[in-house]
Amino acid sequence: MPSLDYHALLPAIILAVTVIATLVVDLVTTRKSLAAITAMVGMFAALVPVLTLAFCDSLEFCTSTGDRMLFGGSYVVDGYALVLQGIFIFAGFTTLLLSIGYLETDRYYEGEYYFLIVSAVLGAVVMASSRDFISMIVALEVVSGSGFLLAGWRKGDPKSNEASLKFFIIGVLALALMLFGVSLVYGLTGTQVFSEIAAAASGVSDVPLFALGVIFILLGLGFKVSAVPFHFWTPDVYEGSPVPVTAWLSVGSQGAGFVGLLSVCYLAFPTVTDVWGPVMWVVAALSMTVGNVVAIKQTNVIRLLGFSSIAQGGFMLAPFGAAAASGADLGQAFGATVTYMVIYAAMNLGAFAVAIVIGSRLGSYELEDWGGLYRYAPGIALTLAVFFMSLAGIPPLGGWFAKFAVFTATIGVGSWWGYSIAIVASINAVIAFVYYAKVVKSAFFDPMPEGLDVGSLEGSALPSPIGFAIGVTTAAVLVMGVFPGLVANLGSFSSEIFAAIGL
Amino acid sequence: MDWLDNGLALSLVVFLPVVGAGIVLAIPKAQEAALKWTALIVSLVTLALAVVLAVQFDYSAADTYQFGTAIDTPWIEAINAHFHIAVDGISLPLVVLAAFITVLVIIYSWNHWPEPHNPKLLLAFVLILATGMTGTFVALDLVLFFLFFEVVLLPMYFMIGIWGDRGIRDVPIFGWKMEMRLYASLKFFVFTLFGSAFMLLGFLALYFRSGDTLGYNSFSMIELSEIGAAGAFTGTFAFLVFLGLFLGFAVKVPMWPVHTWLPDAHTAAPTIGSVILAAILLKLGTYGFVRIALPILPDEAVSWAPFIGVLSVIGIIYGSLACLAQTDMKRLIAYSSVGHMGFVMLGIATLTDVGINAAIIGMVAHGLITGLLFFIAGSMAHRFHTRDMNRLGGTMALMPKMGVLLGFAAMASLGLPALAGFWGEFMALMASFNPLEAIGADSMFRVFMVIGAIGTVLTAGYMLYMLRSVNFGEPAEEWVGQEFHDVETSEWLAWAPLVLGTIAIGVFPKIVFGATNDAVVSLVKSAFGG
Repeated sequence: MPSLDYHALLPAIILAVTVIATLVVDLVTTRKSLAAITAMVGMFAALVPVLTLAFCDSLEFCTSTGDRMLFGGSYVVDGYALVLQGIFIFAGFTTLLLSIGYLETDRYYEGEYYFLIVSAVLGAVVMASSRDFISMIVALEVVSGSGFLLAGWRKGDPKSNEASLKFFIIGVLALALMLFGVSLVYGLTGTQVFSEIAAAASGVSDVPLFALGVIFILLGLGFKVSAVPFHFWTPDVYEGSPVPVTAWLSVGSQGAGFVGLLSVCYLAFPTVTDVWGPVMWVVAALSMTVGNVVAIKQTNVIRLLGFSSIAQGGFMLAPFGAAAASGADLGQAFGATVTYMVIYAAMNLGAFAVAIVIGSRLGSYELEDWGGLYRYAPGIALTLAVFFMSLAGIPPLGGWFAKFAVFTATIGVGSWWGYSIAIVASINAVIAFVYYAKVVKSAFFDPMPEGLDVGSLEGSALPSPIGFAIGVTTAAVLVMGVFPGLVANLGSFSSEIFAAIGL
Repeated sequence: MDWLDNGLALSLVVFLPVVGAGIVLAIPKAQEAALKWTALIVSLVTLALAVVLAVQFDYSAADTYQFGTAIDTPWIEAINAHFHIAVDGISLPLVVLAAFITVLVIIYSWNHWPEPHNPKLLLAFVLILATGMTGTFVALDLVLFFLFFEVVLLPMYFMIGIWGDRGIRDVPIFGWKMEMRLYASLKFFVFTLFGSAFMLLGFLALYFRSGDTLGYNSFSMIELSEIGAAGAFTGTFAFLVFLGLFLGFAVKVPMWPVHTWLPDAHTAAPTIGSVILAAILLKLGTYGFVRIALPILPDEAVSWAPFIGVLSVIGIIYGSLACLAQTDMKRLIAYSSVGHMGFVMLGIATLTDVGINAAIIGMVAHGLITGLLFFIAGSMAHRFHTRDMNRLGGTMALMPKMGVLLGFAAMASLGLPALAGFWGEFMALMASFNPLEAIGADSMFRVFMVIGAIGTVLTAGYMLYMLRSVNFGEPAEEWVGQEFHDVETSEWLAWAPLVLGTIAIGVFPKIVFGATNDAVVSLVKSAFGG
């Protein structure tokens, strides 16, 4: 039996144990909060090996250094994987914090809920390390499968049922497309490990079926990241799901889709960029534009955030399209997308956290009901402004550097594929401001809606889990905005893998 | 002294206000006195530091960067962006001006709180603005510049949106009816963001192209200016980059035809917002031209100069004519800014040392004078509850001191010799007679000079029109018999320094030129060899 590098597997092992522990705890006790605590402790524990792996070089007990390849290169723990595992665990932990108060507001199943969240995080963490199609698809479906159930958690609400069903059908469709694509690629290259496909791909890149396979795989992933024109399910699912689940879907689940795209595009198909580059360019430009333009009309904050996540996804795809279409060095584009994901995770989770606080206090996510917020809840209103302006990319809040990284990567390509998408992106940055500002305008500029009982809202204490989540994300957004070097290094760290695979 | 030379003092000038904003936000809302004093003390300390810098500044070497942080102070290592700030003769007057205006605005606020009453938030925004403004003037790294350039947007957006004019207006094209403040704040932000997005693309293009010459990519304005002067950026590339920078800066200035956000923003903003906008924020654009666009892309500047000149004189004439059509006092002053910034841009477009000196003194003078005008307009609106010049009148009879101050400010604004406004206009026209030879459009610029001169006459016309409507004549019936308290203490404290500054610079323009001249001459010499 070959020896296993248990250190490298530890984050996934801890999460797997937590999944079971959460279920068991839920089974043996009636106090549902214990299940939540188990899930949180497990999640936190999983973060520890991620950190020890990341800083392995400077730790004494850590003997093996460099990238760790397991199972014949199917599961790899490198800088890129660790950054993303960190984001997913952070996102899952934050989602739990957001859920705790929320679940108590209605008759929800609790234990199973926490179980599903941890499962989804486990899937996402494995996803980040997957380097072949089989493990990637299994991991992706663990994430999605949990998502289908969680979306329908508000079982009394038809909208939630619709969300769950829609998500499920679209998810299965995407899976089918992807599997079909994988089978074509496997048939032509004789392997399903990314690095081997990359080596074999240039030999078959002229075969039309191979291009078809690549496109089908990207189509499937396009549904997962809700890129235009595969985005129709997103706003409805976001609106219908319980809001903490929406927060997870927009950061964790969508993020897992992005990891899939990053891995597939850059690790499996880097030698056939001419096949997928132009497609990505178009998808990125459409996602930004359609997401933004439609978002302007939204009056419901959650729907607005849904379209916003489509548009933000477009920004993450822009470097893909620019670099690949012009056949340039992929390292910088890759780093830009990872940087964007890190910053986006913090600011979007924060935006959802604040939205949950306000929405559950007012009982409404309609913007018109949020008028005059800053008069009775100035602190919450300020954090709301911080997150939405950060999403808009206004300095000195973190979002500016995310946009900046994308601009740098696209302009850096040095071709018209890059310049043109940079121009599309900058126009979109202006459009995006209009609807993010709409939220801020409601909270700060508009009068309070008539009949609002301010007395009952003023000074009601913030539930501490969600308050903690808001505090952490606010600090992250501010620090990343003023000292973007911290995240910029993460991006360059992850692009080291290109040196490793010899590109 | 060590703390001056290692950049600590300058960093304090930039960041003390934002620290102050943090403290203000931490003080409970009810303790207004504590809020006001904290903000005032922070701004005074900042001003004192800025004055120390101005005194210690080595004027014999005004063309070198002084008091700076080390050029390689790390900030974002992955993209080779540095925290490099320093002042030279061009930025020093503007830094002092920004610190100075911040203090005056806080003093004026002492008992002029716009509705809805919320001193805490308002003061925090003023202080954040101060950091953004001074930061833009001292940044020598393009990313850092961009960051500060954008930091001013949010506080100003909130200022207009929360405390702005609640009158309803029609929105052209869309056919909406909207509150003035909502319309103006959004328009202000979207216009500026649109410009600065393209400016950023220009910065990035420079960054990547600089690698061809330097061997590494750089955001340093100093390095980029050096290779720019040596001809590193040419052809279509340079044209497009200049276009990007032009869009960013021209919107901010604002130049005709992208000026339309300005009358709305100025009119809708609360008094102190208008003052900060007029006195400092507009200068970020003109400063960007002088500091970034000209030295880094000198060849493009030469070919764009006639075009910029045309837009400038259109701005001068258009601004003046628009003033004559106004009945709203604040709107009139706002349009006068379009005209005055036209003179500043005309000076810059000549690409000569005289013209750029004129631009900088014009910027400072406009800051002092238009700041004062907006203060007075705000105070009058506060007393009369209207800005409609058809209803105002007879201020000399009702409030003689206010009337005299308004008269003074109007005279200064129309460019009366021996007051600050004179130098900028006069020298800009002088420079247009003799623009940089390389432009090769002497006769064209002489036409600009004539048109500009006509513009000064129109300026006198609308300023006198405003004085006639507001100051002279008999008070309208609705005011007769009412008590109006004349200029009060906080107003005196805020305005007297502006009056004194206007006279001082008018009589001794060397206060500004002493700092700027060497720096400008060296800039023109290295960029255009003139």
